[in-house]
Amino acid sequence: MSFFDLQGTLKPLTALKQFGKKPHTLKDIPWKKREASDNYRGLHFNDLDECIGCGNCSTICQNAAIDMINIEGIEGKKGDSGLRPRVDNGRCCWCALCVEVCPTGSLSLTKDYIYITEDPDAFLWTPGVSNPDGEARKSYVSTHELSINEFNRVPMPELEGKERIKSFAEVVLGYNEEQAREEASRCISCGICTEVCPDHMHIPEYINAIAAGNDKDAVKIIYDNNPLPEMCGKVCTRRCEDVCAIATRGDSVAIRWLKRYATETAATADITHEIVNPEIREANGKTVGIIGAGPSGLTAAYYLALRGYDVTIYEASAKAGGATMYGIPKYRLPIESLEKQIGYIQSIGVKINFNTKVGKDISFKEIYDKYDSVFMGVGFPDAWPLGVDGDDAKGSMQAFRYLYMINSGEKVDIGDKVVVVGGGNVAIDAARVSRRFGADVTILYRRRVEDMPADWEEIEGAEDEGIHIIPQGIPTKIHKDDKGHVTGIEYLKAEMVADDKGGRPRPVAIEGSETILEATAVMAAIGQMGDYSFLPKEFEDKIKIERGRFIVNEKQQTGDPKVFAGGDAVNRTADAISAIADGFRACKAIDEYLSK
Amino acid sequence: MREKATTIYLGPQHPGITGNMMVRLKVMGDTIVSAQTEVGYLHRAFEKLQERRNWLNSFTLMCRFCVPETDPMENLYARAVESLDNIEVPERAKYIRVMVLELARIATQLMWYAGQNGSLGLYTMGQWSIGDRDYILDLFEQLTGGRVYHMYQWPGGVRRDLPKGFKDKVLNTLDYLEKRLKDYDDLMFANSIFQKRTQGVGYVPKESIIEHGVVGPVLRGAGIRSDIRIDEPYEVYDKLDFEIPTQEGSDIWARALVRRAEVRQSIRIIRQVLDQMPKGEFNTKIPNPMKWRVRAGDTYVRAESGRGEVGYYAVSDGSIHPRRMHLRGAAYVHAITLLENILPGQNVADVSAIMNSLGTCAPEIER
Repeated sequence: MSFFDLQGTLKPLTALKQFGKKPHTLKDIPWKKREASDNYRGLHFNDLDECIGCGNCSTICQNAAIDMINIEGIEGKKGDSGLRPRVDNGRCCWCALCVEVCPTGSLSLTKDYIYITEDPDAFLWTPGVSNPDGEARKSYVSTHELSINEFNRVPMPELEGKERIKSFAEVVLGYNEEQAREEASRCISCGICTEVCPDHMHIPEYINAIAAGNDKDAVKIIYDNNPLPEMCGKVCTRRCEDVCAIATRGDSVAIRWLKRYATETAATADITHEIVNPEIREANGKTVGIIGAGPSGLTAAYYLALRGYDVTIYEASAKAGGATMYGIPKYRLPIESLEKQIGYIQSIGVKINFNTKVGKDISFKEIYDKYDSVFMGVGFPDAWPLGVDGDDAKGSMQAFRYLYMINSGEKVDIGDKVVVVGGGNVAIDAARVSRRFGADVTILYRRRVEDMPADWEEIEGAEDEGIHIIPQGIPTKIHKDDKGHVTGIEYLKAEMVADDKGGRPRPVAIEGSETILEATAVMAAIGQMGDYSFLPKEFEDKIKIERGRFIVNEKQQTGDPKVFAGGDAVNRTADAISAIADGFRACKAIDEYLSK
Repeated sequence: MREKATTIYLGPQHPGITGNMMVRLKVMGDTIVSAQTEVGYLHRAFEKLQERRNWLNSFTLMCRFCVPETDPMENLYARAVESLDNIEVPERAKYIRVMVLELARIATQLMWYAGQNGSLGLYTMGQWSIGDRDYILDLFEQLTGGRVYHMYQWPGGVRRDLPKGFKDKVLNTLDYLEKRLKDYDDLMFANSIFQKRTQGVGYVPKESIIEHGVVGPVLRGAGIRSDIRIDEPYEVYDKLDFEIPTQEGSDIWARALVRRAEVRQSIRIIRQVLDQMPKGEFNTKIPNPMKWRVRAGDTYVRAESGRGEVGYYAVSDGSIHPRRMHLRGAAYVHAITLLENILPGQNVADVSAIMNSLGTCAPEIER
């Protein structure tokens, strides 16, 4: 190469043709804010109404840039922690993983990327509050399809409808290990469920343990505040699942089935004892008498026994479990399962006197005087009659009584056409049990199917088994033959009328719409009530009863400081998990009362 | 009078240094007698940080290993985790990934055009190529939502599908760039100043190349045809038709010619990718990141970045956190051991140009 290279000198000069051209990176001079792309990851926006404050965004954030804070005007409620994310823009790296994992899809990133302020604290950005108009600027969003969350539940294996009605074999077959791990892995551990559970069970913790393959740890965690978890794992009303964060856009995590899976890994009472390995304190010489071996009584007994109390339960029936033993059909809760759990409770030193009805075999006064404290978990043993003309006919019965008799091994003549009146779990149970005895079963309910308080899975199960549901029917009369036996039930069709006060719509009978359903048995499943005849007058005055229920304080303590109460006879929700929560609370309160 | 060696500190803050690092030079007049690199100004402990994060959110650190070229790193992480956990990646995602990787390669080389010329005082070239690189960043913004840190390739595929009309936008940009490459040639490669400042400068002997494990354009600039995309094809590179350019000189000039040719090959690859890209899924859903336990095991994956081979070693003990992650970047050997070896005898004014041609990336050295 020569020292002077003509081409190498002249060619670069062609660059001069660019002279005077506008730079393409700055198109508008004076400078104008450039609009970001439709996919841009700019400042956060949060739909405050859609957000449930689960905190998943905060959990995934690698830079700890997101805090969950209280915001004025947003209160926590069922299924909403009341907290909302606040982003530290100084820490955020705009990876948008918070958006990807948001179960509700409320969080997004916007096209806005310039934010200038003199306020040194303004780097704390509360999406949705800092930019209330951000909805229109949304760019990076997580749709249902794009979301990283797994919205579909692992299906629960069940017996076929036709197969089921042949016997009382358990319908739900339970997850196997692989299914349980997969289902548990869907949980985002937000803990919104814990708040709603009456017993505040440690749901995220035990699901985490299952997901990690530590079933024994899960069982230990579960037994921390529930001594009948397998029962809950099978039949709990599971309000936790109603509020599950994943359920905002998909199927809730099967919390109940996961609890069932974990507890079923402990096959016997002895294995349960070995896994839970409870620390039982030395006997403290104090005694507690418990009336009723239902969920609340058993719970109080278990945790009091762990704390060193000498606990004796008085149970009127031949078996413990209360309504869970006698009210729930065996295809939902097999007797062996319940007996295993009760066996474990007995194994730690809880004494149960069966077939001992308080007020008949032993007086309340005797128990009151004998023990340092008394807990009453007496439940609602009686059911409401239908209260229509002719409900004294033979074959007209209360569904709850019917279930009790069947579960006690008695035979009940129901014929081949059964009508169950009601829409709760008892109604469905009675219907499905009757179906297993070969009857044609119809459920008559005042409101719409979607208004039925029964578990949706139970309703679906009933339909699968061939049970017919007649919604919006108000029973008016039971027809009977000469011998006084039920021949049918008459009802009026109803229309739903909106409630002026904003309540749920009411059924109003349509005049002239009388219909008669042929029936050999009619079962009323319209509610239960208490029986407090065992209480002597002097105690009844002290332990206050209002509207059929004991009045207790927040510690489950009645008007008599020595007497505590829980379960259906106290709380309106009338489910097992509330009863367990009552028993657990009462245990702590009795411990406190007797430690003074 | 006997001349005495003078010590010069180049960096850690110096416009000719790509990122914060320092080279301590002992010079006699203009000639370098010895060179010692000093790093430690950029250490962010990314590999360690990943051990404390879960398998999803540690992926967002990958792009930060090397700021100008983020995508090969993301690709490595995604592939490492996919191979550990046996995740199937949809075919479409693989094509999208290759498109992204090649766009990133072009962007990196455009950045290099700027650096290489800037280090020689030819600033106009830098203004052009950085401006043209912005067109590619525009594409990235539309595709990934970010201009520089894309965080786009993740285990299972890519995060979003191509936006509407994206293919045409890419093709338009490629057409424009092809035209511009002519201007680049006139201003840079035909420029006698550039030629004189680069030919025979920064020579790397073949023995050193083997000894130091040199990769990428430096390796190919020494006449050795080696490229991970051909040697150990990943994604869909085995289905694409392209060449691996080589040069013999093993100096800055040879490496520049290799890079110049690579831009053209990348354009060729992207056109094929857009042509062949199948329809279908672009992502395989990964499990819930909070509970995702990647199967226990270890894996080593490799990719060809614009600066050469990058490798990633990932170990899982079956927990929700990575157990050990390690990145083997091109810059480490090039800018530390190799640089110290080839600088003696060179002119002090050429240090920046040599560092640029070796593909120095200080953030990648320190991780």
